[in-house]
Amino acid sequence: MDTHNCYHCGNALGTALISSADKQFCCQGCKTVFELLTANNLHSYYELEQAPGAQPRPAEDQFNYLDNESIANQLLDFNENEISIVTLYIPHIHCSSCIWILENLQKLSSGIRSSQVDFTRKKLSITYKNTETSLKEIVTLLNSIGYEPTISLEDYTSTKNTKKDYSLLYKLGVAGFAFGNVMFLSFPEYFELSEFWLEKYKHLFRWLMFFFSLPVVIYAASDYFRSAYKGLKNHILNIDVPIALGIFVLFVRSTLEISFDWGTGFFDSLTGLVFFLLVGKFFQQKTYAFLSFERDYKSYFPIAVTRIQKNKNQDRYTEENIQLYEVAKNDILLIRHGDLIPVDCTLKKGNALIDYSFVTGESDAVTKTTGDKLYAGGKQLNGAIEVEVLKSVEQSYLTKLWGKEAFNATKKPTYITIIDGISKYFTISILTIAILASLFWLFYNPTKAMNVFTAVLIIACPCALALARPFALGNMLRIFGKHQFYVKNADVIEELTKIDSIIFDKTGTITTNKETSIAYQGVPLSVKEERLLKNALRGSSHPLSRKLYDILEEHDILTADQYDEIIGQGIEAKFKKDFIKVGSALHTGNLHVKNQLKTAIHIQTNDSYKGYFQFTNTYRKGIPKLFNTLNNYYDLTILSGDNAGEKKQLQSMLPKSIKLYFNHKPDQKLEFIKTLQQQNKKVMMIGDGLNDAGALAQSDVGIVVSEDTNAFSPACDAILKASEINSIPNFLRLAKAALSIIKSSVFLSFVYNLIGLYFAITGQLQPVIAAILMPLSSISIVLYVTALTNWKANKILNAKKTTLG
Amino acid sequence: MSVIYVLLSVSVVVAIIFFAAFLVSVKKGQYDDTYTPSIRMLFEDELTEHSSGKSRNNSQNNQL
Repeated sequence: MDTHNCYHCGNALGTALISSADKQFCCQGCKTVFELLTANNLHSYYELEQAPGAQPRPAEDQFNYLDNESIANQLLDFNENEISIVTLYIPHIHCSSCIWILENLQKLSSGIRSSQVDFTRKKLSITYKNTETSLKEIVTLLNSIGYEPTISLEDYTSTKNTKKDYSLLYKLGVAGFAFGNVMFLSFPEYFELSEFWLEKYKHLFRWLMFFFSLPVVIYAASDYFRSAYKGLKNHILNIDVPIALGIFVLFVRSTLEISFDWGTGFFDSLTGLVFFLLVGKFFQQKTYAFLSFERDYKSYFPIAVTRIQKNKNQDRYTEENIQLYEVAKNDILLIRHGDLIPVDCTLKKGNALIDYSFVTGESDAVTKTTGDKLYAGGKQLNGAIEVEVLKSVEQSYLTKLWGKEAFNATKKPTYITIIDGISKYFTISILTIAILASLFWLFYNPTKAMNVFTAVLIIACPCALALARPFALGNMLRIFGKHQFYVKNADVIEELTKIDSIIFDKTGTITTNKETSIAYQGVPLSVKEERLLKNALRGSSHPLSRKLYDILEEHDILTADQYDEIIGQGIEAKFKKDFIKVGSALHTGNLHVKNQLKTAIHIQTNDSYKGYFQFTNTYRKGIPKLFNTLNNYYDLTILSGDNAGEKKQLQSMLPKSIKLYFNHKPDQKLEFIKTLQQQNKKVMMIGDGLNDAGALAQSDVGIVVSEDTNAFSPACDAILKASEINSIPNFLRLAKAALSIIKSSVFLSFVYNLIGLYFAITGQLQPVIAAILMPLSSISIVLYVTALTNWKANKILNAKKTTLG
Repeated sequence: MSVIYVLLSVSVVVAIIFFAAFLVSVKKGQYDDTYTPSIRMLFEDELTEHSSGKSRNNSQNNQL
């Protein structure tokens, strides 16, 4: 057992010793969870995994809104008589211990009947007796054992029990079922033995095959007919046109053949073709259950807020929890420490320190004073405040962004894939060949003309062609996923190859949120002064103070005789004879302010100015190299919502040709990309926060960089784990490689078509030839494409690893 | 040889039964979560100390 880490959550142990039953803990919270679980005989939790838990967040009254019945009911999946079922999203679910403890919840609360975890979606569904316990109690219980559920506005608005779309699975089942049975029935006739029993029963066999094929044509293949019709209506000869034509001709000719006893028909090829095509479709559909590519501000905003109401008669105030959409102008809201500001409002009471980094891209929290306007989306970091509402949720500055058309229009209404592009010429040439061949036979042997015409359309049905793309891109999708680059669908990979400009956000994208580097400049501090500083910072909850506090060495604890924190300025503290001022330049008496754009904490002790600690963003490792590599092939731009404080550093770090823009608001970012697109540029946006949401939606490919793929990310086309940001050039190269592999496989499928066309044009197409040629070409294309993409991925992605050591 | 009718109908009926079972399993959501049951079946009511090492390795590979 690791003795330096908390037994519950695995964090490093603090200096104070917190232990229970000879196990060590980092905090009281972890110890409480341990004691609770042990007392309830749930100690196996710690035996399945080492340190599986999470630090519980102290429960205050943040779940009080669940007392409001209309809110709570909206969250329930099922609620009748005594039984209620609720499904909660719990980000911390990560190991088998989590599953075990969450499925044993009934041992902790008698009202809970059963609970079931969906591990990949990180969801917990709980069935409970609503007479014995309540949703609030359950959520509080989960929170107290370190499994805090995330309940956001999205849970309120999303309609529950949305039916899953199983149609592709059903279709695949129908086609597979029919294919197997038809193969079995058509087998005897492959050998063309005019044997007595075969002659006697072949009609029965053939009609059975016909009935097995019916649902395949009508149901399983329906998407191809629909898509072909849609394509023709828009004057596009997409790949589904020759496929639908092939299926149709196969079915009609086979039916005629068995009706008039001309032959066996091609039911085996028909069902096989549809089955293989659907397998390809299924393979291309790689979904990441634990990720969402469609989120908007709703999954970031809280579901309820606390409204303060003044009773008319008495001078008393009452608090009530109301649903966020009920918030109206002039309401007074209470925003607690760590809460999100849900609407545009003005500050009425309290010390506001707002972190807008996720909304605007500004890296530092800002201080606001009474009467200042606060925008929706910021996070309050300094105690509770009271605010007066200016606008409702949808009318707020940030949320109005989602009303823009970039979010409404389906991105590419007339999207043409590479295969559709080829299929135009393919369809035209096949039709020409079919007509020419049947014209020839009309003069030569008219009885065979119709036979040849249909044979050409059957054999040319581009099954192999249609399979190349789904398998190449589907395989690429999985390879990207393994390298923590989660792409929404196969179309995005193709789109990646067309990109010519890349736009980066700064804060949170190329810088990390986790670390800032702090450098001291000025007169060196003595040990005594450092001790003063550490003790002065101890009492402050300003995020910069916390950061600075964390890096200073441990010192003895002193109690201040006098302590003042002046909002927006800094701290003043007196320890016996010594006096220290920490904060802004002005506050500490430094009148020659330099570098005002950069964040710094200035120090003054006993009336003499000492110096300042400067905070700079830490750029992710390898950013200069990344930009240098990309700069050779793409137009690069940095578009930041932050001020220009980092301009010089960026200029010195990155190639000269990179354009830098600062102070861009969310909608300006969107417009910026729009202008580029109007210049016929294909734009890829790489961002992270809500402030990039508009730009991500407008861009051709929007990629979100995320430290933690479970955390909120705005709607996008792909999510990239932050640690893999340096692999972007490799991913782009791989996408291009995948496309050239598809192109080469197209050539291969033409070879098969030529062989097939020889049989078709000469009028020798036997069902058995079609039944061999079609699966052979399909399977070999699939193998070719999969092997080649794997090989390329190995070459490009693993070569990187060896050079990096 | 008319036994072939019996054989054929039996084979078709068996095939249809399995096909129907597939449809029902899809509809009931058996394919919704294909991962969690694989862990759940390994839990016992009372766990012993030595089983912890194995399950740890397994689930770490799948943490992603």
